[in-house]
Amino acid sequence: MRPRIAVYKFSSCAGCQLQILNIEDHLLDIVGAVDLAYFVMARREKGAGPFDIGFVEGAVTSPEEVAKIKEVREECKVLVALGTCAAFGGIPTLKNWTPQREVEARVYQDLSVIHSVRAYPIDQYVKVDAYLRGCPIDREEFLELVKSALLGKKPYLRAHSICTECKLSENVCLFLGERQLCMGPVTAAGCGAFCPSVGRACQGCRGPSDDPNTRALVKAMLAFGHGPDDIRRRFRLFAGEAEAFQKGVSML
Amino acid sequence: MTRTIKVDYMARVEGEASMSMEVEGGQLKALTLDIYEPPRFFQGFLIGRRFDEVPDIVARICGICPAAHEITAIQALEDAMGIQVSLQTKDLRRLLALAQDIQSHALGIYMLALPDYLGYESAIAMAADHKEAVQRALRLKKLGNDFTELIGGRAVHPVTAVVGGFTRIPARAQVEEMARRLEAARDDVMATVELVSQLSLPKFKPDDTEFAALRHPTEYAVNEGRLVSSEGLDISPREYRAHIEEKHVPPSHALFSSIKGRGSFLVGPLARLNLNLDRLCPAARAALKKVGVTFPNQNTFASIAARAVELVQFVEDSLAIIHRYEGRPEAVIHQVRAGTGAALTEAPRGTLYHSYRVDAHGIVEAADIVSPTAHNAYNMENDLKAFVPGLLKRPESEIQLKCEMMVRNYDPCFSCSAHFLKVNVVRRD
Repeated sequence: MRPRIAVYKFSSCAGCQLQILNIEDHLLDIVGAVDLAYFVMARREKGAGPFDIGFVEGAVTSPEEVAKIKEVREECKVLVALGTCAAFGGIPTLKNWTPQREVEARVYQDLSVIHSVRAYPIDQYVKVDAYLRGCPIDREEFLELVKSALLGKKPYLRAHSICTECKLSENVCLFLGERQLCMGPVTAAGCGAFCPSVGRACQGCRGPSDDPNTRALVKAMLAFGHGPDDIRRRFRLFAGEAEAFQKGVSML
Repeated sequence: MTRTIKVDYMARVEGEASMSMEVEGGQLKALTLDIYEPPRFFQGFLIGRRFDEVPDIVARICGICPAAHEITAIQALEDAMGIQVSLQTKDLRRLLALAQDIQSHALGIYMLALPDYLGYESAIAMAADHKEAVQRALRLKKLGNDFTELIGGRAVHPVTAVVGGFTRIPARAQVEEMARRLEAARDDVMATVELVSQLSLPKFKPDDTEFAALRHPTEYAVNEGRLVSSEGLDISPREYRAHIEEKHVPPSHALFSSIKGRGSFLVGPLARLNLNLDRLCPAARAALKKVGVTFPNQNTFASIAARAVELVQFVEDSLAIIHRYEGRPEAVIHQVRAGTGAALTEAPRGTLYHSYRVDAHGIVEAADIVSPTAHNAYNMENDLKAFVPGLLKRPESEIQLKCEMMVRNYDPCFSCSAHFLKVNVVRRD
């Protein structure tokens, strides 16, 4: 029996689901090896649970989604956070840094009909078995996870920081060299130091690496002349709810 | 007897929407298209962020057309801060948009729309009997993605395009290699036109649809131009708010975009083609004759044919730009000052509007974003209301499928439009 897979969408842009369809070279192999039983963006037929693996894209931002994520947990043997929104809250958490009503009033006139809650990653509400980081997810890491599940082995997902990959790519350091506001030292690897390799400082989209020293990084950023507001915003872009990044912000 | 027909979770579209209608005594009494994507507050949380974060943030409105949101935000911010970029930067932005257009149209034609016409529930199910078409779809999609990666660094949420230029540009040799792949893809693109010409498109011709799209003095408009319509609209990006408004039309829950004093309008490939036939390149004009329907065309189901013709145009436009590309190193322009600016572009799904006001430090004070699906939602619902009465004698499953086809034909992106929702409604019963 091919393992049955479900792909769910919560508050998100659909980019991580699209990354699955973007694995063009292997897509037909994937659907041969697993049964994409529930994948609304790709299929009209909607398979019913239980599922062997559930991939959840998006953060939880509404009361309906709080109830739904619990149902999803019930019907999936293994639950995977598909991308940074599900894993750390992602871009939806940007609203968390302004009083809720204020941010809502900027977009909607009649607030009585808006029922939004603080944006959280899915593990705020349910147990998560594996995390695929990144905004968007890395296609290779998705394949690694699916292959490992089929083989019954532990997937190799990196816990060290972006700096390691940046050095392997022989990039000039954007933080120490150009003194750009780079999150690489405290952000988990796995993207191949993608942004620094094309001239952009790391924005921390993959969330904190294992045991990161965010306080030391903030001290260094301040010493390089970056303003506290700029540093705070950088820590609160993709994973501001993560404890390690909050620790960094607490230095400001 | 009152009968309620529902499509609870619209499949093969981007984002979450449902539709319900009430039929009484053989007459359609009510119809609503509910977008139950949770509200996402982009215009709310952009306030207080710095200008250089905006393109990265707005990319996350949509995973399918992130480059369009990035480019539009960048151009609106440059308009606000008085930044003039080089012709090379404009060319690279156009290539980035075209690359994403190719990816998005391949996805829209083959994976979202085509299964309905060939009688399958998905492109995955189609693969067994139509392996060649599915493989062609994957080749075209991969081409679009690789091309987007070459210019933008990454296919989903590109990173090299910034306010004032690009942080990294491709080498001349790399784009020449891409040109060879684009030339080789001409066969796949023409095979797509051929395939679409054989489809039996439902006939639906509302006679009063107002089509709107950008128009450029010489090009097939992508990133620049004036917003024109079949009813005589002709405005610059800064004039947008004087002519286009969103209003709440009960009982629907979405905010509907309309042209002041008139009503709903349609944006997207069909509108672009209808209004820009004289801007097509010779190869696209030849494709126009082979695609099985004539243009200008009022039938909204002809959008799939418009997408196929546009694929030809996008490939040829890309090649023309690549041929003049020099790959000159250029510094990113840094110029921060207070101001208000606006931009209109053609995203894969239609006209996209961004506007920002920034202070002297480049901090955003106001943001206004209207996506193609937000522009189209009102028209989508009006189309459904006009289309459904002719279907009411059909079995419920057929009514559902036909309505889904109509919505999928718009290739809607409900995540994109979620920031404009008035109410978040969940219907899953």
